[in-house]
Amino acid sequence: MTHRPSRTRVILLACLLVSVVLAPALTPAALAQEKPRSGGELIFPVPSEPPSYDGHREETFGWIHPWAPFYNTLLRVDPTDPSGTKPVPSLAERWTIADGGLTYTFQLRRGVKFHDGSEMTSKDVKATYDKIIFPPAGVGSTRKGQYAVVEAVEAPDPYTVRFRLKWPSAAFLASLASPWNAVYKADILAKDIHWYEKNVMGTGPFIFVEHVKGSHVIGKKNPNYWDKGKPYLDGFRALFVRDTAAQVAMIRGERAHIQFRSFTAAHRDSLVAALGDKIRVQESPWDCILLVAMNHEKKPFDDKRVRRALTLAIDRYAGSQALSKIAIVKEVAGALVPGTPYATAPDDLAKLAGYWPAIETSRAEAKRLLKEAGAEGLSFTFKNRGIPMPYEPLAVWMIDQWRQIGLNVKQEVIEAAAYFASLRRGEHEVAMDFQCGYIVEPDLDLYKFVSVDKNPANYSRYKDSVLDDLYVKQSRAVDPEERKKHIRAFEKRLLDEEAHYLMTLQWHRIVPHSSKVKGWQVTPSHYLNNTLDGVWLTE
Amino acid sequence: MAINVPLEAAAARVEIREGWLAVALAFCHRRPLGAAGAFVVVLMIAVALTATLIAPYDPLGVDFAAMLGRPSATHWLGTDSFGRDVLSRLIYGSRTALIVGFGAAFIGATAGAILGVGSAYFGGRIDLYLQRLMDVFISFPLIILALAMVAILGNNLPNLITAITIPMIPRCALVIRSSALSIREMPYVDAARAAGFGHARIILRHMLPNVMAPYLILLTAFLGQAILLEASLSFLGLGVQEPIAAWGLMLRGAAVDFAETAPWMAIFPGLAISLAVFAFNLFGDSLRDALDPKLRTL
Repeated sequence: MTHRPSRTRVILLACLLVSVVLAPALTPAALAQEKPRSGGELIFPVPSEPPSYDGHREETFGWIHPWAPFYNTLLRVDPTDPSGTKPVPSLAERWTIADGGLTYTFQLRRGVKFHDGSEMTSKDVKATYDKIIFPPAGVGSTRKGQYAVVEAVEAPDPYTVRFRLKWPSAAFLASLASPWNAVYKADILAKDIHWYEKNVMGTGPFIFVEHVKGSHVIGKKNPNYWDKGKPYLDGFRALFVRDTAAQVAMIRGERAHIQFRSFTAAHRDSLVAALGDKIRVQESPWDCILLVAMNHEKKPFDDKRVRRALTLAIDRYAGSQALSKIAIVKEVAGALVPGTPYATAPDDLAKLAGYWPAIETSRAEAKRLLKEAGAEGLSFTFKNRGIPMPYEPLAVWMIDQWRQIGLNVKQEVIEAAAYFASLRRGEHEVAMDFQCGYIVEPDLDLYKFVSVDKNPANYSRYKDSVLDDLYVKQSRAVDPEERKKHIRAFEKRLLDEEAHYLMTLQWHRIVPHSSKVKGWQVTPSHYLNNTLDGVWLTE
Repeated sequence: MAINVPLEAAAARVEIREGWLAVALAFCHRRPLGAAGAFVVVLMIAVALTATLIAPYDPLGVDFAAMLGRPSATHWLGTDSFGRDVLSRLIYGSRTALIVGFGAAFIGATAGAILGVGSAYFGGRIDLYLQRLMDVFISFPLIILALAMVAILGNNLPNLITAITIPMIPRCALVIRSSALSIREMPYVDAARAAGFGHARIILRHMLPNVMAPYLILLTAFLGQAILLEASLSFLGLGVQEPIAAWGLMLRGAAVDFAETAPWMAIFPGLAISLAVFAFNLFGDSLRDALDPKLRTL
């Protein structure tokens, strides 16, 4: 009797044979899809252009997107982490924390070259941070207040940098991962501390080629980049395009690969409908919010009853639902990004002025406060920044909300570059302001609201020692629960008791990009992941 | 006599009324296109004056429940991205268009006429310097000069009118000057000079009234241009600001973003701008044909 193989066994054997034959052919192809490919030029529109080339003084993503690829920072935020909260090594290879959190010592990478061929050492890092934290008179450093904790920066040897702090700070490492803190060359700064305002020279993965004002910035691959094998791209081209419709058209027409800031949900839907699988969409909550600064130096906004009335008039819950369809905003938020560890829970938020669930009650209270303050039918000019999205739709919405408590508001739109100069001069009555962080951390996000004599970017222009004390307390609190308690008190005073500022809606980031773009991860900040060292194009 | 005076006055009024009516009827008969233009202009003025009575909704009222609504029985021309009624915003937008249009065209044409007549009357160095100055201004395209003016002055309504007015002045001054040069040589001007009248009186009483025909033609032509300029500047975000209802403003922002899903947001304001400019141009052309002695057939 002969044994005949069963039908199942035959099929299994056939499958095995086919697998053995095809495996060598298929596996490399499959792997090749995920293996970064070198070459190509990344093209992206940028909706804003910075006044200077110096990241230490600039505040706009118009600097980050085209200029960050030319530089490195001491630490960086992990480019693969969607939460955008983990500091990882960049120019610093490793670090130690000593003296109860008062001394941070960083070991630098060796063999890192500036684009002029000279070696980057601790002298350059010290000169960079001295410029940021202790700028000489006449040198702008927008974020120096975030480093008030630093007592001294030292360079004990060419590859070691030491920061001595005045008090322990849980946020310090995060602050060193700031994408704005490009490391500059010490010798250049020694000769002319303003040199970087008009010139570019860093250690980054791309070398500056040209900037044509109002048109574009071009960068080419740095062949001597310290991270061997990177960057993958031959270069990039950043095109300055303000108009959102034109940016969408560029992506749709495949004339640009990505716009790193954000599009609206409507743009996303139209791009997906038009391009199908040629487009990939990445979304994230966004560490950005538009605020309303009410100038305490102008009457009647020195009266907290009037300020409370302005915030009580806003129906944030209805606004959130509707505006998320037409603008890059979504969540109702307090002073911190919703869903993050120190953010206020929705139930607690609903106890603050302007967040009450019943809008009729809020508006009745607003009218009562205006009457009591003698400001019924108040007229004022609302200054807004000349960037359409989301400034324009939010302004239309708020003006309508204020009309509903009898206020007569006229909008004045100021071109983006002139806007901050106007705010700094304190010419406004009420103005749109913004708060965008590169990492979700209360020290960085709440610093905006300390008194104007400590932070000139406080455009409500108040001095509030109670608020300042609460800021310091939360910053020095080691226990998370204690820190939360101080943050809640800070927020209540800021938004409710004194109503110094008025929050609108948290932004929501939507980045539809060509599916050819790989190696880029969306995070809650449009200031992160723009070094482009890990980005590559499939074709 | 006491009875005859009112009767004479009444007869005179009837004559005048018949005169105007006859002129208007003859204009309609001979220039139907111009009459159609005039009809649209009159209609636009009537709509602007009665906006508060005829607009079905508050043009500024946000209604999220109705956002991006297509044309329907409740919102005839649909709603925009804030749920605001497009028809109501169009009706109120005609006010903005006419305020800016009439403001800029009247001031621009009048200032241009005074400068043109003055330049022609005085001649010599005054004429030379004024004309070179006009040449400088006229060398810039209308929209570029208006953009530059808005950038310098800022973008509120009075500044917008000023920005549109300034480029119109030299254009009017050049045309009026050429007419005034021939008037300056007329015997009645010489007679006025010989009678010892001052320059101001000669210019205002004897020369300006005689350049009214080109002045009126330019005024109507400028009206259309001013409306188009206002719409262009507002579309670029440099003109009237939200939430004021203005046609150019209605075309920007969400109207572009939602052009495919809510085309009514852009179509109706676009039609309104086209119709208004077309009507003013038709009316202006017919007026020129009617008033220009070389072309006069009326």
